[in-house]
Amino acid sequence: MTGELAMIVAILVPLAGAGLIAASHRHPNQREAATLVTASALFILVLSLLLPVMEGERPATTLWQILPGLSIALEIEPLGMVFALVASFLWIVTSVYSIGYMRGHHEENQTRFYVCFAVAISSAIGVAFSANMFTLFIFYEVLTLSTYPLVTHHGTDEARRGGRTYLGLLLLTSIAFQLLAIVWTWSVAGTLDFSAGGILAEKASPVVLGVLFVLYMFGIGKAALMPFHRWLPAAMVAPTPVSALLHAVAVVKAGVFTVVKVTVYIFGADLLAGLEARQLILFVASFTIIGASLVAMRQDNLKRRLAYSTVSQLSYVVLGALLITDSSIIGSGIHIAMHAFGKITLFFCAGAILVAAHKTNISEMDGLGWTMPVTMLAFLIGALSIIGLPPLGGSWSKYLMILGAAQSEQYIFVVVLMVSTLLNIAYLIPPVVRSFFVLPGNTSGARPQINEAPAACLAAICVTAAGSIALFFFVDSLYALLEPIVMVPG
Amino acid sequence: MIAAHYPALQIALPLIAAPLCVLLRRGTWAWLVTVAVSWTALYVSVQLLLQVLASGPISYELGGWAAPWGIEYRVDSVNAFVLLIVSGISAISAPYAYKSVIHEIPEHQHYLFYSAYLLCLTGLLGIVITGDAFNVFVFLEISSLSSYVLISLGKDRKAVTAAYQYLVMGTIGATFFLIGVGLIYAMTGTLNMADIANRIDQVQNTRTVLAAFAFITVGLGLKLALFPLHLWLPNAYAYAPSVVTVFLAATATKVAIYTMLRFVFTLFGTDFALDVTLLAEFLMALALVGVFAASITAIFQNNIKRMLAYSSVAQVGYMMLGVSFFSVTGLTGGIVHLFNHAMMKGALFMALGAIFFRVGSVHIDRIRGLGKQMPFTMFAFVIGGLSLIGIPLTVGFISKWYLILAALERGWWPIAGLVLLSSLLAIVYVWRVVEVAYFRDPPTNHPKVTEAPLSLLVPTWILVLANIYFGVDTTLTVGVADTAAKVLLGLGQ
Repeated sequence: MTGELAMIVAILVPLAGAGLIAASHRHPNQREAATLVTASALFILVLSLLLPVMEGERPATTLWQILPGLSIALEIEPLGMVFALVASFLWIVTSVYSIGYMRGHHEENQTRFYVCFAVAISSAIGVAFSANMFTLFIFYEVLTLSTYPLVTHHGTDEARRGGRTYLGLLLLTSIAFQLLAIVWTWSVAGTLDFSAGGILAEKASPVVLGVLFVLYMFGIGKAALMPFHRWLPAAMVAPTPVSALLHAVAVVKAGVFTVVKVTVYIFGADLLAGLEARQLILFVASFTIIGASLVAMRQDNLKRRLAYSTVSQLSYVVLGALLITDSSIIGSGIHIAMHAFGKITLFFCAGAILVAAHKTNISEMDGLGWTMPVTMLAFLIGALSIIGLPPLGGSWSKYLMILGAAQSEQYIFVVVLMVSTLLNIAYLIPPVVRSFFVLPGNTSGARPQINEAPAACLAAICVTAAGSIALFFFVDSLYALLEPIVMVPG
Repeated sequence: MIAAHYPALQIALPLIAAPLCVLLRRGTWAWLVTVAVSWTALYVSVQLLLQVLASGPISYELGGWAAPWGIEYRVDSVNAFVLLIVSGISAISAPYAYKSVIHEIPEHQHYLFYSAYLLCLTGLLGIVITGDAFNVFVFLEISSLSSYVLISLGKDRKAVTAAYQYLVMGTIGATFFLIGVGLIYAMTGTLNMADIANRIDQVQNTRTVLAAFAFITVGLGLKLALFPLHLWLPNAYAYAPSVVTVFLAATATKVAIYTMLRFVFTLFGTDFALDVTLLAEFLMALALVGVFAASITAIFQNNIKRMLAYSSVAQVGYMMLGVSFFSVTGLTGGIVHLFNHAMMKGALFMALGAIFFRVGSVHIDRIRGLGKQMPFTMFAFVIGGLSLIGIPLTVGFISKWYLILAALERGWWPIAGLVLLSSLLAIVYVWRVVEVAYFRDPPTNHPKVTEAPLSLLVPTWILVLANIYFGVDTTLTVGVADTAAKVLLGLGQ
């Protein structure tokens, strides 16, 4: 199969899977098998594209022209490759996990759940492979709409409220700001293609460019820059597998991925370097990093704490991209993968705790380490990766970003990253400590029985935790893959 | 041979079929005639459009009488496109009518209904195709009078009041229009549009012509429901029978807008219109205020038909906004939105008609849980709604794209921002319905509801798919709208 075809098929496979899942709604086993087969097929497809891309090939194809000069087109470049790999691999893991979770938790409307999930993944892959901003925007919106039924899955008042915030904020930012920015870009540059070095140089006055840049950054609501971050905690009413894959990986990463794409391929480092607005957004990102961490510390609900942690971590990627040094941009690309593995582990653990122990709050987790040892150890690994300690993947991306901040002599951002690391420790380690070292008062002396989550859940947790460790050792190939994105031709 | 007479056939056919329905006196027969005529009309307008695109405007002298004395039918890319919209919507809603009419209208009135429907179709097609200013008025009255009848046939007794309200407003509008045409005739001595366009230059600085312009724009403003002259529309749409709402919402205001375009751009001329102090600014302000006021009002409606009716007023605002830019991009946006809005409102009102058919009400409380009970109907509503919001890959997106582009072209980016902000209001009112239908349990004190019959679903879905198809393949819509915009601005044929 040629790269062009593989790329199109990769987007179609999850959609076909959605059809299969819907068709087998009366047979849960068949339905889950369909999910797993689809997920595996997708991953193999994406993997088959990896080698050509590493060798420098850029499969590209134009599917359809909607208006003159405005087309739906696909192209793979390294950053999209990383995003697609992460999303498709973690979909397999999440599917295994979902089966354990959804059955263990006796969720309703499971068919709708799996169908929407598959559509969401299809659009995430579409975001990753988009060759221009217009195509990306389409998939970006489909991603929003297809995840809405997942957020409101439970259908309760709380879920509906959460769904309203979710859809409202994401559509507000994408339509009012991002779409405006896109049309504007088109009207000044005459193209929306992602191209190395950007497309906006000398196309508009610095003021217009500044406004455009701010519109893009806030318009990409999925990157959750404050003050447009509220949708992410609101999305936590969704079942845990959704929070894990979509709101720690696919959706939010689609956001920061878009930020990096816009930075590198629409504006270009040279143009951005002289833009006042970049400085503004750098501070917004820093504020988000610190602010969200502080809020996270005060959350007792585990999933909400993780959500605010995600908000903070997403701004790392934005910060890294906007520092526009080679190492910080590659660092933010790597962070997309590192944070994905770390955070999905943490969410899996939160879900496992809910299924096995029926607990959602950190204050109830005393002694849980003894009943759920595997889960809590995995939690520790995930937490350490987010904090950025070796030998875990997260340490590399943080290192590269700090290096970038130092290289560009913007020491204040070094400080921001350092302080944030301390805050990470402050909000991620206490749950672990509590679960192992604080024993509930009433079970005096007696060691509690082991009561772990379903096997499918545990398997998924172990895979992602092991992944966080493995990424520490194999980071060089990731670095090599991403290196071309900072090379501007000529 | 017959191809040369297509312009006449377009009008003659429904006009003859209308009394034929009265003679047949049987609902089913009348319905069959209506379907046959609608489909033929669609065929004819497609042929006309192809002819125009291939070999330029068609001029047809009715009865062989030459222009200044006889009536000329003149088809160019602008009205060929509108003919296509009107006959296309009629062709899709006629099959839909069968079950819906049986459900909503007493049997002894069926043949009268179809007769009025065909007259309305005649009127609308006639307004569009004619090249004679007075003839426009004649057809305007035919379509208006028949639509008063159609609206008053609604099941709810308020339909009669709504029709009366429309009658009063519509008559004022038509009278204003006629006064305007009369003044033009007094000044130019002709009623043929092409002749008027040639002769008006010599008298265009007179106060009489200016008064004619004012009467005509205000008169048509009433007919096209330009804010704040829209007050007749929400009730008329809300209480009319479902099919009538579909048909009128998708065609009537479009035809009025076309007439406005024709008079402002072709007859008076762009230069004249731009000379009128603050006209462009005034239209733009009205359009924007209309978009926001109507959208906000829509949010607070509990009758979903009324809600969509207010949304129609807002959409008219978008079309007029496109016009008010007086640029090719803006006009393209406005004209393409004529077509696109017909697609989305047609689909939405058809879905509502299907709901009314099963549930007997379109109150927001009664659609609880319909997402599960009428999955195909509700999903059609969702896609129609997304198109209304302007999500990419739907027709709504294409319209918004051109409107924003037109604003940015002039450097008016706050206007572009306002257009986008107003789409957010559409999200609010569309999502209110979606949420209730999908995430609320069905009411327990009412009998269980099943999916609508195929004869309602198929036309609905044809329009829904058209929303997607023309949102992806814009060669026809944008292509023709672009040509039409250039014709109107005098930049090409």
